[in-house]
Amino acid sequence: MSGHSTYEPKNGFSRWLDQRLPVTRLVWDSFVDYPTPRNLNYWWTFGGILSLMLGVQIVSGIVLAMHYTPSASGAFASVEHIMRDVNYGWLIRYTHANGASMFFMAVYIHMLRGLYYGSFKPPREVLWLLGCVIYGLMMATAFMGYVLPWGQMSFHGAVVITNIIGAIPVIGGPILTWLQGGFAVDNATLNRFFSLHYLLPFMIAGVVVLHVWALHVVGQNNPTGIDPKSKVDTLPFTPYATVKDGFAMSVFLILFAVFVFYMPNSLGHADNYIEANPLVTPQHIVPEWYFLPFYAILRAVPDKVMGVVAMFGSIGVLFALPWLDTSKVRSMRYRPMAKLYFIILLVVCVTLGFCGAKLPDDQVIPGLETFKVMDSDLNSFVWLSRLATLYYFAYFLIITPLLGLIETPKPTPETIASPALSHPPTTPAGAAADAEKKG
Amino acid sequence: MLRKLTVIAAAAMTLAAGPALAASHAEEPHDIAYSFEGPFGKFDQAQLQRGYKVYREVCSACHSMKFVSFRNLGDKGGPFYDPKYPNPNDNPVVKALAADIQVPDIDTETGDAITRPATPADRFPHPYPNDYAARAGNGGALPPDLSVIAKGREGGPEYLASYLTGYLAPPKGLTVPAGQYYNAFFPGDLSSGWQTDRAEDKKDPPPHGGFVAMPPQLADDKVSFDDGTKSTAHQQAVDVAAFLMWAAEPKMEQRKETGFAVMIYLVLFAGLLYASYRRVWRNESH
Ligand code: HEC
Ligand code: HEM
Repeated sequence: MSGHSTYEPKNGFSRWLDQRLPVTRLVWDSFVDYPTPRNLNYWWTFGGILSLMLGVQIVSGIVLAMHYTPSASGAFASVEHIMRDVNYGWLIRYTHANGASMFFMAVYIHMLRGLYYGSFKPPREVLWLLGCVIYGLMMATAFMGYVLPWGQMSFHGAVVITNIIGAIPVIGGPILTWLQGGFAVDNATLNRFFSLHYLLPFMIAGVVVLHVWALHVVGQNNPTGIDPKSKVDTLPFTPYATVKDGFAMSVFLILFAVFVFYMPNSLGHADNYIEANPLVTPQHIVPEWYFLPFYAILRAVPDKVMGVVAMFGSIGVLFALPWLDTSKVRSMRYRPMAKLYFIILLVVCVTLGFCGAKLPDDQVIPGLETFKVMDSDLNSFVWLSRLATLYYFAYFLIITPLLGLIETPKPTPETIASPALSHPPTTPAGAAADAEKKG
Repeated sequence: MLRKLTVIAAAAMTLAAGPALAASHAEEPHDIAYSFEGPFGKFDQAQLQRGYKVYREVCSACHSMKFVSFRNLGDKGGPFYDPKYPNPNDNPVVKALAADIQVPDIDTETGDAITRPATPADRFPHPYPNDYAARAGNGGALPPDLSVIAKGREGGPEYLASYLTGYLAPPKGLTVPAGQYYNAFFPGDLSSGWQTDRAEDKKDPPPHGGFVAMPPQLADDKVSFDDGTKSTAHQQAVDVAAFLMWAAEPKMEQRKETGFAVMIYLVLFAGLLYASYRRVWRNESH
């Protein structure tokens, strides 16, 4: 894909610069002339949306940091100061808070896209690994960001999550003290979380550069999963992908704006509008929605240490995925069995999310009496989480490796452009083929 | 098929996020038709004024509102906003309301602690010098600060209004501990006081609600409303809850107005991009 550059400097200055630092050439090659498969669907617009969201979070975050006080006695009040006294402070804060949720929504879609179309398979393993690193950094950033307003859920969430680390044998204790900056979640914890919350997004930005670099070396995958064979299969990034990404971004922004302006607190928890109080534990500590599936996995395992292992393992398997999948065919479009198991995985992940929001011992079907298995009733969310956790791991560790060996995929097309594409040109071929020239 | 499923999954994810409900065993709050609901809803200024009066005359005896200043009463969207005074510090009503209240200060001549009439720049004063005094005055329970309480409780203003009028007669079989009150809407646990001799009631779960240390506060005609509204306990509760919602989210009207402009802009922008997309791609199969 990274063929030779077609950039031609247009004037004296750009020629002068190109010989000294070819940045314009880099941008041209990466975002203008870069060939993209012509059959990319809207699931491919989420990479651009993610870049936009990273930008939104960094810009709104920097403005918030201008008014925020990172201290246990001042944090909550400074957030209220932002909401009440800073000009458009409410807008900046609601953008940042809901922006995190939108960012995660986009990254989940982006990752499931990769899973479904086999974008993690050779030669895109490094690209996928970098994506997983980004995801890990995003989770760390979001967790520490949620602690900053120093509400009840911030504080007690931080206590629960840092204590999870403390459950690790031998090294857990010292790491816990180091993480908390003392022997409990306190002012020192808040200060270091603020410092790291400011740092990590820039590390994400760095890894995104590597991610896009890796992408441009191997080229984009596409819904058929087969490599482009000739120029007919691709279109230049600009204007084709830019305008499609732009349209998708603006639709995404509409959804984002609905949350920011009309339901800014609907994704949050009421308890976080109560100032942190170490002596009063909320009835029910729940993380933000995007962590709920992992929280469910953590609580599904009866043993605390094994729970931590399962929770980190559920992210760890993603790193191993390129080597777990044995299928020669990338896209699940041609793998009916894999498609079925993928859909079950989707349902299972949503189920895990539900379980994470419920009390483990609550009944799934109200009123139905069953019997106890191990420590809990069978009709309880903890058992539902256990079954779902089992499927989650089985999907990656058993189903994915086996399927590639036993399934019979449907025939894949010769080239991307050879089958009748779902959207034929709207004007007859030959009539004004000028769009390409404009690029 | 796959597309539909994904949409359903995304919607379900969003739903799972909202009601991260504990099994709180309290009555569902009443449904109140507030003027500020919906994408175009605004606060009802007369209601906010009545609500302020209830807070000032009843609740402020025990509850602080430490993030609210008198000047906020005259901010745009606030209870005493007057377009003649864009700067609320000049608003005579706000000045007069502030001057009614004494706030602590330090005499800069002598260094002595004094009190003086408040100015619009002052925050609402605390009723107690510290939390220990507040607990001592309330049987060990701490009256929470009310500045953001409407956002800090599941159910918001509807919960608050229901809670304030939720002191129902305790059901038979419920023993209410001394210094506590039974409230059907307060999320708590009544099992400690739930005892019944009747054999068939034994396995009944305790009733909904909780024990709360705050005595019932509102009663018909307890606060006189200057605008002629009939001062029932229910009316006082609904109005003070609206006032607390305003206090928690004073920029709500500005938010919705800005949102409307942003939505129009984004929809037009998306439409324009869609048209460009159709045009750019019109000769290419995809
Ligand atoms: C005599 C003192 C007193 C007065 C007057 C008073 N309260 Fe309270 N209030 C308390 C105490 C004490 C608590 C804490 C109760 C507990 O935790 O058991 C409380 C708790 C509350 C709560 C929190 C309930 C919850 O969900 O946790 C709200 C809301 C509240 N009061 C609103 C009001 C309003 C509105 C008024 C005025 C109409 C008012 N209070 C008047 C003493 C008072
Ligand atoms: C901050 C977060 C991220 C940003 C900004 C980002 C950005 C991008 C961009 C711009 C693209 C190219 C456009 C596209 O194909 O969609 C891309 C592709 C890709 N991303 Fe990400 N990404 C992020 C996170 C992730 C994560 C968490 C994963 C997976 C674990 C991932 C996996 C991939 C893969 C596999 C591709 C290649 C897609 C293909 O060609 O099929 N990305 N990313």
